[in-house]
Amino acid sequence: MKYIDEFRNPKLVEKISAKIMDLNPGNNINIMEVCGTHTQNFCRFGLKELLPKNIRLISGPGCPVCVSSQGYIDSAIELAKDKDALIVTFGDMLRIPGTFSSLEKEKTKFGNIRVIYSPLDSVTIALANPDKKVIFLAVGFETTAPTIALSILAGQKERLKNLSFFSALKLIPPAMKYLLADKRLKIDGFLCPGHVSAIIGTKDYAFIPKKYKTACCVAGFEPVDILEGICIILEQISLNKPYVANQYTRIVTPGGNPRAKRAISRVFERTDSDWRGFGIIPDSGLKLKDTYSRFDTNRVFALRSNKVVIKPIKQCRCGDVLKGLILPSDCPLFAKACQPDNPVGPCMVTTEGSCNVYYKFRR
Amino acid sequence: MEKTTKILLGHGSGGRLTHNFIQSTLLKKFDNPILSELADSAVIDYQEKIAFTTDSFVVSPLFFPGGDIGKLAVTGTINDLVMLGALPEYISLALIIEEGLEISILEKIIDSISSYAKAAAVKVVTGDTKVVEKLAADKLFINTSGIGRLLTSRKLSVKNISCQDKIIITGNIAEHGFSVLAKRKELDLKLNIKSDCASLNGLILPLLEKTTGIKFMRDPTRGGIATTLNEIAEASNLGIFIDEKNIPVSKKIKAVSELLGIDSLYVANEGKALLVVVPEEADKVIRLLRRHPLGKNAEIIGTVVKKPAGRVILRTVFNTERILDMLTSEPLPRIC
Repeated sequence: MKYIDEFRNPKLVEKISAKIMDLNPGNNINIMEVCGTHTQNFCRFGLKELLPKNIRLISGPGCPVCVSSQGYIDSAIELAKDKDALIVTFGDMLRIPGTFSSLEKEKTKFGNIRVIYSPLDSVTIALANPDKKVIFLAVGFETTAPTIALSILAGQKERLKNLSFFSALKLIPPAMKYLLADKRLKIDGFLCPGHVSAIIGTKDYAFIPKKYKTACCVAGFEPVDILEGICIILEQISLNKPYVANQYTRIVTPGGNPRAKRAISRVFERTDSDWRGFGIIPDSGLKLKDTYSRFDTNRVFALRSNKVVIKPIKQCRCGDVLKGLILPSDCPLFAKACQPDNPVGPCMVTTEGSCNVYYKFRR
Repeated sequence: MEKTTKILLGHGSGGRLTHNFIQSTLLKKFDNPILSELADSAVIDYQEKIAFTTDSFVVSPLFFPGGDIGKLAVTGTINDLVMLGALPEYISLALIIEEGLEISILEKIIDSISSYAKAAAVKVVTGDTKVVEKLAADKLFINTSGIGRLLTSRKLSVKNISCQDKIIITGNIAEHGFSVLAKRKELDLKLNIKSDCASLNGLILPLLEKTTGIKFMRDPTRGGIATTLNEIAEASNLGIFIDEKNIPVSKKIKAVSELLGIDSLYVANEGKALLVVVPEEADKVIRLLRRHPLGKNAEIIGTVVKKPAGRVILRTVFNTERILDMLTSEPLPRIC
């Protein structure tokens, strides 16, 4: 299979891991992989065994479902209580715990929550259900934002009055900045996300080497990509010359995807956003511009639960996991009270959540 | 009034319509002396030990490349019996039909049940038809139970499994699950993946006469081979070591698994068996399996080990090792 086989070539993998051994400086090196797909593939292919023990990969906040705030889930449940509402969402969102419940549990009560595979399906569903107020739970990073923007534009073209988007879209570079400013975390290098970078390009990471003197490399998701990315980061560290490297050149360009970026900036503007475990990060989210306010769930519906005090989930340490402060296995609930079939925290829910990945592959 | 082309509530009322449906469709297709008695129960003669199984089928869509709900029901029940070393002989057929289903669709499914039952020399000897209101069921649900005669006095059981036994899969994995998933209209994938849905009696039963080395068999349906291997490890309290590079997967399945982000080790099979075989007989079993069209891609994929007890370990193509866990939640396509 083209683009797969050559990047899973065992001989090449062996060669790169030998190079990593050569470059190994010997002291502890912390590399954060920001994207959940990196976490997943790193564990799925057992790549940890190919790295020296002192080189640690720590998972970051790169699973859009995991960083959805408890308040967002509470509001979504609140919306589902409207009997005319039809909530459409990615399947992964269903099992994320809110303060008192999850959408999966509410689905059995209200029956008006539907799983879709593409944001554009929300338009088709709104057209087919004129008597329903269709609400799309718009979560994701820069990767998902363009198709959501296009769905809003499609909704406008169809003159839909019964479709709105509940945006909790988030941006990755502001979260990386937040992590670099946290003195407790010692991050020596970032494996920058491949999918997000395909949209935004590499320029937005310039602050990482410039301001924080930290190594970074955009990398693809196959074993060869991940190991090459680590290799490039180690080279930067050993030469003490951090820069924004791009290993994923078959997909990622410096300027990113201009059409996707145009779609985003046409519909959305930056806003402060609430990240689970982090709190509010300034300018780290996307909200609908005023011109599209009639598609903005926040403005179409008056949401009550925004005023409700949110109690954090007892003992759950997803916040620290998302920040890379602890490993999933350091959480007291891990694989005990919190398991994929009965997740307590969001990181145990999706196949890209760090706790879920650790549970599945490493436990 | 024109003759209806759709199933009406009356078809399940127990009255005239039901009677006509049984006479004109079911009896015609499943003609045998036991069924044609139309008694409340089928009467069957048995002296020896039998295996008895039941299964319900709710697949959507009803038709997929390589099969339909009817074929799935018959072959699924046959395979459950075959896995215990039993020769499938009789099955029951219970239909739960949603009002409004096209009769022609139902007839096509009945035809399919009849032809796959005949091919395996299995008789449908008792049955039931119910019709429920529109939206109370999704088109058609089928329940089948089956009875088979145990062919061997050696009991196939997880309790027989011991260290060094070999794990064999009879062919390419994940074809049924991906076939159905790709056919779902919300995914709109025009991949035409053929389901592996098939009766395994012809492949497996002759094998049991030619070797005494088979200790246990199970068909890895929902949850895929990963889940079945974990069930075997847990029940035997032994570990299983799987070599990823030996697992037979077609190129198409590899591609679709990457596309959807779903691991084929967790995807359902409907015409495959996992065999646990004594090490000395493993090569012979592979040779025999490969002579049959349904077993041509059979491979030895793993070994039973003492530790870690109850766990399955996968050696990847990069010679690294990781846990292969049971399926935990319904696999859904990735979102980012």
